[in-house]
Amino acid sequence: MTETTPTPTIPLWQDVPSDALLDVRGVSLAFGQVRALRDVSMHARRGEVTAIVGDNGAGKSTLIRCISGIHKADEGSIDFDGERVHFRSPEEARSAGIETVHQNLALVEDLTVWQNLFLNREIVRGIGPVKLLDRGAMRKEAERMVSSLAVNVPAVGARVRRLSGGQRQAVSICRAAGFTSKLIIMDEPTAALGVQETARVEELIQRLRDEGHAIVLISHNFAQVLKLSDAVWVMRAGRCVAGRRTAETDGDEIVALITGARAGDLADEPA
Amino acid sequence: MTETSTRETASGGSTSRGAGAAPHTPARPSRAAGLRDLSNWADWAALVGLIVLVVIFQSLNSTFLSPGNIQSMLVASAILIVLAIGQTFVVATAGIDLSVASTMTLAAVVFGMVFTAGHGLPLSMAAAVVAGAMVGLVNGLLVARGRITDFIVTLGTLSAASGLALILSDGKPATIISAPLLKLSTGSIGIFGYSVIVALVIALIAHIVLFRTRFGTHVLATGGNAEAANATGVRTKRVKTWVYVISGVLAGIGSILLVARVGAAEPAANTAFLLNSVAAVVLGGVSLFGGRATIIGPVIGALLLTALVNGLTLLGVSQFYQPLSVGIVVVLAAFLTRFQK
Repeated sequence: MTETTPTPTIPLWQDVPSDALLDVRGVSLAFGQVRALRDVSMHARRGEVTAIVGDNGAGKSTLIRCISGIHKADEGSIDFDGERVHFRSPEEARSAGIETVHQNLALVEDLTVWQNLFLNREIVRGIGPVKLLDRGAMRKEAERMVSSLAVNVPAVGARVRRLSGGQRQAVSICRAAGFTSKLIIMDEPTAALGVQETARVEELIQRLRDEGHAIVLISHNFAQVLKLSDAVWVMRAGRCVAGRRTAETDGDEIVALITGARAGDLADEPA
Repeated sequence: MTETSTRETASGGSTSRGAGAAPHTPARPSRAAGLRDLSNWADWAALVGLIVLVVIFQSLNSTFLSPGNIQSMLVASAILIVLAIGQTFVVATAGIDLSVASTMTLAAVVFGMVFTAGHGLPLSMAAAVVAGAMVGLVNGLLVARGRITDFIVTLGTLSAASGLALILSDGKPATIISAPLLKLSTGSIGIFGYSVIVALVIALIAHIVLFRTRFGTHVLATGGNAEAANATGVRTKRVKTWVYVISGVLAGIGSILLVARVGAAEPAANTAFLLNSVAAVVLGGVSLFGGRATIIGPVIGALLLTALVNGLTLLGVSQFYQPLSVGIVVVLAAFLTRFQK
């Protein structure tokens, strides 16, 4: 098994293209005694879907939280769009062009679709010193954003409470993609969805990629990862143990890397 | 927008119910319609209640709807409207301000002190509002930054503010004699007393703030799902702090109306105002879990509570029955909100 799959001569984490959109180098983060991330290096290219896989507790979510500004790495560096970044808050990450689609917590159910799409990015017009919401403009723009969805289009005036799980996820993704984002991070975007809804969200992800968006995708679903991604990073026990071009790997190898049945690309790793 | 959401309610409700029941019986739709009606009632509980009360009281005593009585009811409701609006902002973020009435008392006492010291009316009024804002700020900071439960924080300031009022005033009321203040409490345009006009202007501003500004959207988002609001970068702590400041400021404005009405600044407890402000908010269909609020609802709720007390008084019912009736009405309204969806 180990012999049949060709190991790349240069590990992917050392093979960073000069125009990589995201380049994470040697990032470590500890919560007290718990070393959640240890010397993690990975990158994501423009216009590609980059998957991060790994067991529960492997550090996937912690890693993307570092990238999206929720956590601050203790060590290491993150380069985004050619510049070194030190995000202190999700807002800073967002203004740099990194949008995150969280699993379930991202929408306010009692607000309408358009209010959610524009939450904290409301369009206002000034009437003297007073800035009032331009509801018409936001509704119109929301209509435009939502109508591009492959998912059965929700009414922008409907409260999110009324939407199905797939519609909600679509609204979240739509919000992430709709503003001038360069990178969209999706944490298990289909975890809570049924089969049909998952298929629709996958279509949406593919379409975003085709439109030129770069996406970092966390997923437990290997079929989904193999279908959607261009590159895969495998995390295990807080380390990023291997990276592969998706075309050059298969499900068996990824599973073996996740479980540790197969050693990764790291020289010092005890297999 | 309301139309869309009700239509959504209708379709969402019927589909989920249809999915639950395997055989479709013809009786289903009508029952569903009945439930829908109930949920509509819940949104308009205060208005329906107000109309019912008006009809009952008017049929029992024809002076109830006389211009004079309407005017006095409106004047009597002004302070409660102002306090209930402040309470609405807090409740919209899933908080509660138990200190509104005590804050108003403290602000009234501060008003009295500044006025008695001879600083004039404008400065006294400003001092009252600032005093209210300060209490609100303390509440807000303790709740948002100190992460202490709103209930405990405002219970603490309830006691602290009324204690402070007693200390500052030495337990004695200060008589305030001022022509403009007298005018504020007695003057009117048509049947609308100046104090009611003040309250309605505040309600209008509050409505605009809640539904037409970024801050208002963030208030509802913070109450609806603080985590989600945070994830989009809404400063939920700041929002939580500000709603208590708003409540405090409105308690300060309420104290001006109170001093104008009573003609004195006294360190009285005003407990009824606290209970009624929460009651008006609940009657107004504002969700105590946060995220859903209107301004018109609590305003009508405040009118209803005032009409209830006024009507009972007109009918010669003993004062002792008033708290009981208010309690029953509030619990009924809370019961109706169970059907809110």
